[in-house]
Amino acid sequence: MTGYDRRDVSLYDWLLFLHVLSTFLVVGALTALWALVLGTRPASPMLAAESVMRFGRLGGILVGVGMGGAIVFGVWLAIDVDGYRLWDAWILASLVIWALAAWAGGEAGKAFARDPIGRRQAGIRYQALNSVGILVILVLMIWKPGA
Amino acid sequence: MSVLAAIRADDVNLPLFLHVLGAMLLVGTLFVVAAATVIGWRRSSDAVGLTRFSLRTLLIGVLPSYILMRVGAQWTEAKQDYPDDFDPAWLGIGYVTADIGALLILVSIILSALGLRRLRSGSGLRFGRAVGGISTLLLVAYLVAVWAMTAKPS
Repeated sequence: MTGYDRRDVSLYDWLLFLHVLSTFLVVGALTALWALVLGTRPASPMLAAESVMRFGRLGGILVGVGMGGAIVFGVWLAIDVDGYRLWDAWILASLVIWALAAWAGGEAGKAFARDPIGRRQAGIRYQALNSVGILVILVLMIWKPGA
Repeated sequence: MSVLAAIRADDVNLPLFLHVLGAMLLVGTLFVVAAATVIGWRRSSDAVGLTRFSLRTLLIGVLPSYILMRVGAQWTEAKQDYPDDFDPAWLGIGYVTADIGALLILVSIILSALGLRRLRSGSGLRFGRAVGGISTLLLVAYLVAVWAMTAKPS
């Protein structure tokens, strides 16, 4: 291993780190929310209602912060890197899916907050839509079709 | 910024995807364990439920995520076909955090199994707190690893 010099890390490196970190926050918080869904099955609830609300609120906030960071640093990266343009098909597709996923995540949060029992199925459907959207964006980010 | 940053051989994509997805799920499941422990510490009325939730999440989620991350990492490195003397700091940080992480996850799994057994008789909270502490430590280590993997110092 060689030593670390602060100058070794460029603006691109920092932007990529913050973009990826934001995505980790999104997927990490979504994992927590899915664990919560499994841990609150009506047949075998493991947690008290107040703990569920507190945990769910924390997860929802982190998903929001992560999605905000991912879009800000992602767009910044697309502008900074010579080889990328915001209107590249894979970037445009990611932006559209990001918007849909953000809407679905918001609806999931509202459904669970309004009526965690009666609107549970709707909340799960919206959360699934949000998760699938994030997964598709991850695929687009790795494969970069057309780049 | 150079266009080189965007270039990667196509056959690296699948292993890299599995590595990144595994790492994200690993961080997510560790976050569940750490957060449930902290909330349980502050809310003693639901401490047993939160500890059970935390320990089950560790047993069910952390090990599969770790395996996906680690296998993806090894597969990615093989596909990259680095020269024998290729030994950058970021790769070393990745290996160190992964290997120490494996040891700590193994200890956590043993503590979780013991803790879940003790919880049936109403005790076992200390096991949950120990596992929560280890998970928090691992989260910090993996934050450093994510920085090393993306910023690639030296």
